[in-house]
Amino acid sequence: MLRILHQIFRTGIVTEKLPPAEEAKVTLKGAALEEEVMRRFRRSITIRFVDAGSCNACELELQAVTNPVYDCERFGMHFTASPRFADMLLVTGPVSRNMEIALKRTHNAMPTPKLVVAMGDCAHDGGMFGRSYASLGGVGNIIPVDAYIHGCPPTPSDIINGILMAIGRIEVKK
Amino acid sequence: MTDDLKKLLGNIIDAEKSIDNSQRGALALNIPADLFAPAAKALKGAGWRLAAEWAVDESPFGRGYGVMAAYNKESDYLIIKIALPKGEAAFPTLTRKYTAAYRFERQINSLMGLVPAGHPDLRPWIKHEDWPQDAYPLRKTFDPEKDLGRVEGSYKWIRAEGEGIFEVPVGPVHAGVIEPGHFRFQSVGEDIINLETRFGYVHKGIEKRFESLGWFEAPRLAGRVSGDTTVAHAVAFCRALEAASMCVAPKRAQWIRAILLERERIANHLGDIGAICNDTAFTFMLYQMAILREKVLKNNFKIFGHRLTMDRVVPGGVNVDITKEAVKTMEDELQGLANEFERLIRIYEDNSSLEDRVYGTGVLTPETAKEIGAVGFVGRSSGQRCDARVQSPWPPYDEIPPNPPFLTSGDVHARTWVRIEEVRDSIRLIRGMLDTLPEGFIRVDCPAPLPGTSGFSVVEGWRGEIIHWVQAGPDGGINRVMVRDPSSVNWLSIEQAIKGNIVPDFPLCNKSFNQSYSGHDL
Repeated sequence: MLRILHQIFRTGIVTEKLPPAEEAKVTLKGAALEEEVMRRFRRSITIRFVDAGSCNACELELQAVTNPVYDCERFGMHFTASPRFADMLLVTGPVSRNMEIALKRTHNAMPTPKLVVAMGDCAHDGGMFGRSYASLGGVGNIIPVDAYIHGCPPTPSDIINGILMAIGRIEVKK
Repeated sequence: MTDDLKKLLGNIIDAEKSIDNSQRGALALNIPADLFAPAAKALKGAGWRLAAEWAVDESPFGRGYGVMAAYNKESDYLIIKIALPKGEAAFPTLTRKYTAAYRFERQINSLMGLVPAGHPDLRPWIKHEDWPQDAYPLRKTFDPEKDLGRVEGSYKWIRAEGEGIFEVPVGPVHAGVIEPGHFRFQSVGEDIINLETRFGYVHKGIEKRFESLGWFEAPRLAGRVSGDTTVAHAVAFCRALEAASMCVAPKRAQWIRAILLERERIANHLGDIGAICNDTAFTFMLYQMAILREKVLKNNFKIFGHRLTMDRVVPGGVNVDITKEAVKTMEDELQGLANEFERLIRIYEDNSSLEDRVYGTGVLTPETAKEIGAVGFVGRSSGQRCDARVQSPWPPYDEIPPNPPFLTSGDVHARTWVRIEEVRDSIRLIRGMLDTLPEGFIRVDCPAPLPGTSGFSVVEGWRGEIIHWVQAGPDGGINRVMVRDPSSVNWLSIEQAIKGNIVPDFPLCNKSFNQSYSGHDL
């Protein structure tokens, strides 16, 4: 126990300041929600994550978002196990044919109003996997998407910035 | 060919005459179809392991289908190929000899449409029930652009019956930030009687996709077979291509590849050791290990320009050099990492509530591991002396030999401990490689392989043995790429290890295996 306490004090606070957002790394798709609703989302946001066919690199970086260095909880972001509690659906990967139904069902299970953020180059247009019998391409082909976070995979700071931009909490650096 | 092997197969075939010289990277024999199973029986008897089994559509060469099996014993790999006559779609099953063939052959059946005669369970695998029956994506006649549509269908699950037995279905969408897959438990109270897994949810048609790419863009796709193993898969693909086109990467490139491989091993092991502890509610370790992992990734970005070092390995070498400053950065990093890691492992060892959860949980016995042919840290935790870096070392592992740990208890603790030891060993290996980093080029021009040739490669990724097999078509382009991630064999072992455990321990057990869904589904 003493060792644990000692280690905690040795570690101190490792959380880093978030770098400014860059426009090139995010694409916003129109005014998704009404002003009033967006204003409410600006406080804390609860995210349901679905891997719709990713290679798992995006998941690694998404897990890093919750580590002490990036600590997304300081921005009021947290991940929920149930779509019923979620404000935002975060999707990675090209949508595989075998995940299409599960993705739609998760989206349907969320209460409205809801936001959809597609993360990674595959979620944008299918990436290296393209469009085929097994990959249906970008998430936008299956459910309406409000914002795309680019990168292969996007870095943890890009992910946090992208989510904050999607809910209109930060301005884009032009 | 060794004399042992000649003697072993001597009763069945004339081994010398069967050697196929168009196949490179491993000894390959062409044998008549009816000897496929007898050869497997002889090899099994002599202690060979079935490492992979796959099929290839050779219609572009004017031939029928080929079925191939790769075997391994110590340092030797052996490929046995049978050619089916045109129009013939049945081949003898190996499942009765080798348990590992069970899934390989279901996959061949589902995606290539060949029938392993005598296979006990031909439910489709990866191909879900709503696919049209006659859609066989790996056949050359299949148009990958065409939408298949959905049909009515059902999947017959294995069910336990009796008083008090109930079923717990989990997935494909899971609670955490992980990949999709389906697990179905038959249980009494909390005790698991049987677990049946079903995957295929992240099937993106990778093997088919390779066939539409050129040789030099394909490594990018190989690096996305399983994102956490991006380096190892890219190295495996490039080595298979280099074997086929008889190209050798310069020494400096080989060293850099190995450094990237070991960094990938360290980063993944750190993350998973923390995550295993987290599943016992010891979150302290999750965050501490995450900090260490983050430091490795940040340095990856600084030195190699990408946090996961994707797309750094290319045919003929690598596309990023290690500067003198980078060597210094890594040496300092390793020093800091080693000190901090040892402090944390001391805490791991001291924690009795952690011990209570990890000892004796999710036991994969050495007998079962051998039967399944478990590879990588899963195999090494269950008494299998398997590590491609040691058994068939490629440079620089021949000069700087790894010293992987072997345990026999096969429980969650063993799998964690093997990975703890591997982090230590990888730190030592990288230091050794940095000390001996050869001067010279980091890349040579790798020619495309000649039409009809093929290449086989084995790379020990952080999860275990990865196998790639590439074949050039009559036009010199890619005719077939076979990818075998360690997950394809190791997923079988979790079903065995979980028996008799309780449902709430499943996440912990699963994390201790941490197999790839994407690498399995392709």
